[in-house]
Amino acid sequence: MSARNRELLALIPVAALVTAGFTAVFIVQSSEIGDLSLIYGAYFLAVCVATHMLIRLRLPYADPYLFPLVALLAAFGLVILFRIDESLAVKQATLFVVGLGLFAATITFLRDYEVLERYRYIIASVGIGLLILPRVPGIGEQVNGAYLGIDLGPLSFQPAEVAKICVVIFLASYLNEKREVLVIGARKVLGLILPPLKHFGPLLVVWGAAMLMLIVIRDLGSSLMFFGAFLAVLYVATSRPSFVLIGMGMFVVGAWVMSQAIPHVGDRVDIWLDPFARNAPDGAGQVTQALYAQADGGLFGRGLGSSLLELPGPFAPDCSVAFPECGSLLPAPHTDFIYAVIVNELGLFGAVAVVITYILIAERGFKTAVLAQDGFGKLLAAGLTAVLALQAFVILGGVVRVIPLTGVTLPFVSYGGSSVVANMVLIALLLTISDRARRPRSAAGYGALR
Amino acid sequence: MNGSIVRLYVLVLALFATVVGFTSYWTIFDAEELEEKQDNRRSLIEAQKIPRGTITTVDGTEVAISVPTGSGNQRIFVREYPQGELFGHPVGYSFVEQGNSEIELSENDVLVGRDNEFVSIIEQLEGQVDEGSDLTVTLDAEAQQIAEDGIENAISVPETGGALVAIEPDTGAVRAMVSEPGYDPNLVPDQFDQLREDAETPLLNRPTQSTYPPGSTMKVVTATAALDSGEFETSTVLNADSPIDISGVPLQNADGQPAGEIDMTAALTNSVNTYWAQVGEQLGPETMVQYMERFGFFRDPPLDFPNDQMAPSGVYNSDGALVREGFDVGRVAIGQGGEEGQLLATPIQMAQVAAAVANGGDLMEPTFVQQINDPEGRTTQELDPDVQSTVMSDDTASEVAEMMTNVAEEGTAAGLSVAGSTLAGKTGTAEIDIDTSLNQAWFIGFAPADDPEIAVAATAERCTGCFGGDTAGPIATDVMASLLD
Repeated sequence: MSARNRELLALIPVAALVTAGFTAVFIVQSSEIGDLSLIYGAYFLAVCVATHMLIRLRLPYADPYLFPLVALLAAFGLVILFRIDESLAVKQATLFVVGLGLFAATITFLRDYEVLERYRYIIASVGIGLLILPRVPGIGEQVNGAYLGIDLGPLSFQPAEVAKICVVIFLASYLNEKREVLVIGARKVLGLILPPLKHFGPLLVVWGAAMLMLIVIRDLGSSLMFFGAFLAVLYVATSRPSFVLIGMGMFVVGAWVMSQAIPHVGDRVDIWLDPFARNAPDGAGQVTQALYAQADGGLFGRGLGSSLLELPGPFAPDCSVAFPECGSLLPAPHTDFIYAVIVNELGLFGAVAVVITYILIAERGFKTAVLAQDGFGKLLAAGLTAVLALQAFVILGGVVRVIPLTGVTLPFVSYGGSSVVANMVLIALLLTISDRARRPRSAAGYGALR
Repeated sequence: MNGSIVRLYVLVLALFATVVGFTSYWTIFDAEELEEKQDNRRSLIEAQKIPRGTITTVDGTEVAISVPTGSGNQRIFVREYPQGELFGHPVGYSFVEQGNSEIELSENDVLVGRDNEFVSIIEQLEGQVDEGSDLTVTLDAEAQQIAEDGIENAISVPETGGALVAIEPDTGAVRAMVSEPGYDPNLVPDQFDQLREDAETPLLNRPTQSTYPPGSTMKVVTATAALDSGEFETSTVLNADSPIDISGVPLQNADGQPAGEIDMTAALTNSVNTYWAQVGEQLGPETMVQYMERFGFFRDPPLDFPNDQMAPSGVYNSDGALVREGFDVGRVAIGQGGEEGQLLATPIQMAQVAAAVANGGDLMEPTFVQQINDPEGRTTQELDPDVQSTVMSDDTASEVAEMMTNVAEEGTAAGLSVAGSTLAGKTGTAEIDIDTSLNQAWFIGFAPADDPEIAVAATAERCTGCFGGDTAGPIATDVMASLLD
């Protein structure tokens, strides 16, 4: 069977899942949800099939499982959002169409990903610029002490989502060029293999940038995601665990200093260490509520639509904004804590299914990196996969208290336009690399002649 | 580079494995602890979204109902108690802020519909709203009212109280349970702190939580031990001199006079202390404890009631711990005690003593549950009597019952009667403070004497110069008359 037919076949279980999920929510909440909503499920699937046709046309040899896995996560997210609030699911479905539009644009116009290498400094500058945007007065937006969003009137946007792709492209290109000197010039100092001093500089710059990011956007999770991606690309480029260990050590030291200096970051760490403490900082409640929601879910969950989310009458606070922004027992159920909602309603089993989907996406991404023939392609695929996996880990780990909670979205599942759009472009890049890597030799030769 | 990529993938796997590990910890291993956290109000809020089952007495009086407020998604149900203070004990209260108590707590699963998981899943699939089951309790509203009025009138000293328990001997059904002073559960949401700090302890359910010296009512237990062990007969004669040495301390009869050579029937009829103290000493602590345990002493009664709202009866040392040996068995046999151990009993325990004798020696498990009906009206559970223990032989029970009948006919309870019926009983007057003549007045008994249908224990705390026969007795007989009617 050809790769593309396998991709189409893999979309069938996704179709079954989204239909079953929507039907389940619909049955449980039929009194509150109009029956038109079911159409959105069909609408979502039609868009997926159209995207599949485009991949068939443009990237015939690309990995057949990546797109269905992403569609699976998206379906999961849509069902949960549908359960939280019908209108959220409608908006999210629209955002997916926009995301798939950019996905299509990427695979259509980016014929050769090596073009990206040429513009790496421009791309890097754009990335850094995007990260600083939330601090620009007038458009910057502070949420829970972190500067992650910008507000342009009708459009609000999380620039870090796009910036992460820019940063990975730059790192892949830069380290592909410098990896030889980093490895060959390395010396042993006190049993640790250190990169040569003159090339150590740029690495220090990246570390400094991560620390600066912590100061600028005040979000431990995003910094961890960026710096982790950097270390991942550095490790793949040099195969030197010592570089990674030094980098991690530097990050931990830096993060500790920052947590002492920036109260908001320190609070997050204190909450992480003991959310139940009597004197826990404000915001501990959302972490404990996330844990209570998981405890309530147990092994099999309460069932889609059956957990307690919207507070009834006397328990609801006075709200000036609509549910789920306010009046939800579990705060931010559609964004930061969507995983807690999944555990609550689908139990440990449902949650493990979501995590396994991310693991499979990571597996396909890294496989693409292994298959890629050129250094830049390898590093780019590995970096993009690592940053996506790290993003998922940072928010999942925050919700289950492995690490302090921070405000990044759960890729493809959380509600949010920038996340969906940026991650769709990320997948488009991965598929582009994959198409080249998996092309049969003769065809590859043809490609090289072009 | 490929090796590094594979190792990177392994690292990513490890990270996600940690997430799965932590998720299983919160969902499975730590779930119970999280659910019990003080600020986890999930189950309380959920419980308010469904109508809690109605609690009705066996005679059809609605005691606790759920009233909706708000509408649509905002609708919740709030508890109301139409009978006010009358059933504050033992029905208790249920509010989101203050939690549940007494029967509202012990039958919570039934009242919120969690007792029948299977039915509720089917109903969920059918799209029906969850509802709690309705509970019919064995209590009788009229008897409860008579008991409450009686106990309330018997209280003469501030910050004291009284209690009454009426049990059907052959089923264990609790037909009346009164604790005075009581409280109105409707006031709990607004006045919880005042109620909790009130010196009159209105939230205390005296029938199950308060332990008092049972006085001479204990002689029924001693008589049972004496006869059933085969050591004594009703005709056994002892010299009931006064005073006599019991554990090296002189003990007097109530009137201070020697009663001479008397048999057991006469000793119970006139409640002769020195006779029974000698019986206790001859039986020894081991036999006494054995029979007390058969009656249910030394542990919480097997009542469907919250554990921390029940106290065990038995011999308590000065540290408040139960002791099974080393106490003054002669004085324990007459319902008192000494330094090494004071006999204390709850009103429900003494009602069970009367009930065991009334039921031919078989003590039935006490219960409040008459019937449970699911939201569709189907009966899912009915009163199903269980034997708690076989306390004594049928013959012993008849002998003790006959002696108790004598008490009511010509002894310390001769002034008492139940209209249209015969009565068997035993009075008790425990001296709490001799200087101020504060007594604990008791009466336990059953009626009709020959074919008992109801057993009652009534007591009044620390009344001045009162006696079991004239303070506690009339309340008990009024309640019996009402329940036999």
